[in-house]
Amino acid sequence: MGQIKLNQVTKSFGDVQVIPPLDLTIEDGEFTVFVGPSGCGKSTLLRLIAGLEDITSGHIEIDGADATNVPPAKRGLAMVFQSYALYPHMSVRKNIAFPMKMAGVPEDEQKRRIEAAAKALNLTDYLDRKPGQLSGGQRQRVAIGRSIVREPSAFLFDEPLSNLDAALRVGMRLEISELHKRLATTMIYVTHDQVEAMTMADKIVVLRAGIIEQVGSPLELYHNPRNEFVAGFIGSPKMNLIKGAEAQKHDAATIGIRPEHTDVSKTEGTWKGTVGVAEHLGSDTFIHVHNTGLETGPGDMFTVRITGDIEVKHGDDIYLTPQLDKLHKFDPQGLRID
Amino acid sequence: MARAVTQQRKIINTTAAWVIGLLIFFPILWTILTSFKTEATAIADPPVFLAFDWTLENYTAVMERSNYAKFLWNSIIIAGGSTILGIIIAVPAAWSMAFVPSRRTKDILLWMLSTKMLPAVGVLYPIYLICIKLGILDSRVALVIILMLMNLPIIVWMLYTYFKEIPGEILEAARMDGASLKEEILYVLTPMAIPGIASTLLLNFILAWNEAFWTLNLTAANAAPLTAFIASYSSPEGLFFAKLSAASTMAIAPILILGWFSQKQLVSGLTFGAVK
Amino acid sequence: MATQHSRSAARIMMAPAVILLLGWMLVPLVMTLLFSFKKYLPMRGGDLGWVGFENYVRFVSSSAFWPSVSATLIVVGGVLAITIFFGVLLAILLNQPMWGQGVVRILVIAPFFVMPTVSALVWKNMFMDPTNGLFAHLWRFFGADPVSWLSEASLPSIVMIVSWQWLPFATLILLTAIQSLDSEQLEAAEMDGAPPLKRFAFITLPHLSRAITIVLLIQTIFLLAIFAEIFVTTGGAFGTRTLTYLIFQRVLESQNIGLGSAGGVYAIILANIVAIFLMRIVGKNLDA
Repeated sequence: MGQIKLNQVTKSFGDVQVIPPLDLTIEDGEFTVFVGPSGCGKSTLLRLIAGLEDITSGHIEIDGADATNVPPAKRGLAMVFQSYALYPHMSVRKNIAFPMKMAGVPEDEQKRRIEAAAKALNLTDYLDRKPGQLSGGQRQRVAIGRSIVREPSAFLFDEPLSNLDAALRVGMRLEISELHKRLATTMIYVTHDQVEAMTMADKIVVLRAGIIEQVGSPLELYHNPRNEFVAGFIGSPKMNLIKGAEAQKHDAATIGIRPEHTDVSKTEGTWKGTVGVAEHLGSDTFIHVHNTGLETGPGDMFTVRITGDIEVKHGDDIYLTPQLDKLHKFDPQGLRID
Repeated sequence: MARAVTQQRKIINTTAAWVIGLLIFFPILWTILTSFKTEATAIADPPVFLAFDWTLENYTAVMERSNYAKFLWNSIIIAGGSTILGIIIAVPAAWSMAFVPSRRTKDILLWMLSTKMLPAVGVLYPIYLICIKLGILDSRVALVIILMLMNLPIIVWMLYTYFKEIPGEILEAARMDGASLKEEILYVLTPMAIPGIASTLLLNFILAWNEAFWTLNLTAANAAPLTAFIASYSSPEGLFFAKLSAASTMAIAPILILGWFSQKQLVSGLTFGAVK
Repeated sequence: MATQHSRSAARIMMAPAVILLLGWMLVPLVMTLLFSFKKYLPMRGGDLGWVGFENYVRFVSSSAFWPSVSATLIVVGGVLAITIFFGVLLAILLNQPMWGQGVVRILVIAPFFVMPTVSALVWKNMFMDPTNGLFAHLWRFFGADPVSWLSEASLPSIVMIVSWQWLPFATLILLTAIQSLDSEQLEAAEMDGAPPLKRFAFITLPHLSRAITIVLLIQTIFLLAIFAEIFVTTGGAFGTRTLTYLIFQRVLESQNIGLGSAGGVYAIILANIVAIFLMRIVGKNLDA
């Protein structure tokens, strides 16, 4: 159980409306990621669902029941915070036990659940330590453990990996994904990192300035971005967005072509440019091309991504050919043209 | 300064600092030493520094002369009671201001501070009158309440500063975990703020212990604390240096020790966080 | 954080402190204001009716008023000058590397924790007593006539006692401020060729200015109200009657409540002028 439904939800801080009327349904068992640039309202939206902020108007339903005025503790949701929010004066065991203690779960049941959670999260050896004695990754696991034991109907994650270093982040990403597969509980996950969104989500909600730009599976968003914003936000390196004469050839205000959907040649192609910086990653090469004559925005740089390695250096001439079947077209309002 | 200092400069610094430090501390040291002298050696000319027959007779004399224990007890009740009462009232207020700030929070904090600036003498008679009307003149209750009100702004401010440093997410986590407001304050906030609460307690206990306007003016035989006890040595007993010293030592010793622990909080407490 | 529920809870939890302080401020203040417009002699007839501003005029025109103002100014000004001047020097000294820094700091801070009645009595008798005090011994040792400090040099003596009590406070705050000075700033100035005295004048002192202002204001508020030090030493005699002490005498000793209350109102206005400046600084710090 864990269907969450937002119905014409709005939120204002004083006179500033940060979330205009918004509808969204999150199905039971789904892993939903809210993604968007900072300040887009994704964390606010999560806090509205958690009940940590009042909604200004509209309704929130959890499992079909109106939860709009239900206090956070009674919503049956668990939250993992960006700073983990562990209780520094309690041992790991007591941290994990705290929600059960508040709910009046019997002692032996508490013990059973703590041990199960500790085993699942590799925390068994650390149960009697204080949070201050743990590494970042371990603290993260304690925070997750604390949310698991409540057996909530949905988990809320507020940028949980942003305080970890890059290597740990990849590991924790996998662990959370696996946890979701195992528990099959609804999870809502907030991040500004589109890679996290793409790798973890069943459903991505792209937000900008409190407005939902698009909802869909990661591949839907990748292949059929509804507008320029989503097209530019999803995918790494970013899609090249070209305006002007070149776009008009395709009857569009803007055309978009992903770096990986561009063929490169040293001798011939549609567009000619010079190599600025080439980033050799071994498995791929990113080439930033200048002087293509294309209007791609400030600096008019064009990025291509090719598999494997290619011998190019700064200043070399280079020819680019877009794969026309992978071309995205947008109208003057930035909306997709099919 | 992450730099090696010449040995010579360090010696000069050390000497200068110790000489000045001892000079400043000397009146206290002299009082403590004199308290162990006989009355005759206490006024000897030239003064005797250490080479005298140490005696405890002054302490016994002071204990016999007046009901020292009663004054001490009054001091403890008044300082302790006003501090604890103040903390009980201030913790919820500081929680509100630190974690649910509104546009008016800053104004309320500054207004609280402004009540601390009212000169006591300006309201002496009204307070005196109110105490008479309520029949609590010369009672410990009156002083507990008055000193509590006097120090409440400092207590609220200190707690507010400490609470501000606790991340709000932890309290939100408690709320998500199902803690009620009471449980949130009791099980999460208070234990985390123990060091801050302890320093607040300490500094305000000291301030209340040493308070010498209301304690002198609103008490007589019944509720007089140590400040009044010492003031009674004003004359002519003040001429008995050794006994005066013994009484003084007994009045300041506990607070000197507490004071050394709380010197750091003194700055943040008395400057309302304006100097860090 | 800010749900309707928590906001109303916050209001309820703030209420006791706010209501108590409001009462503590308003009730006596209003009473003082009322009394100040009355002829009110509890021992000689009680409430004798309204007299308008007569008390205000009488308080200011009494022969004791101007001397008390000058005594107040001398005490407050003298103590401020001494504690801030020596406080800066001591803070700089204590910030230097040395052995036993912690112990020295404890020695320097100790006087602040001595209750005012004790420090006044110890100074009055054991140091300033003209026959048996340590100063008298010292004077005689050098062949001079001992001074009766508290009658012949009464105000300087009070200034000295109070300075001894407040020097630790000034030192501690200035020391805390100095420690927050980025040493790289001083090193940069040194690289730029500034000699020590210039480094002090152009880097350290400006950095301390805020702390000095705070010390100035907080001490002023406390010094305007000093009472016990005068109460147990001279009892207001020998020109040591400050404004606070004068009001105290009018109220409790001569039991002229109207007159004393008018004086109290003056004192409240005076303290508020200082307080406004202090609040500005503290308020700015709240925003930061």
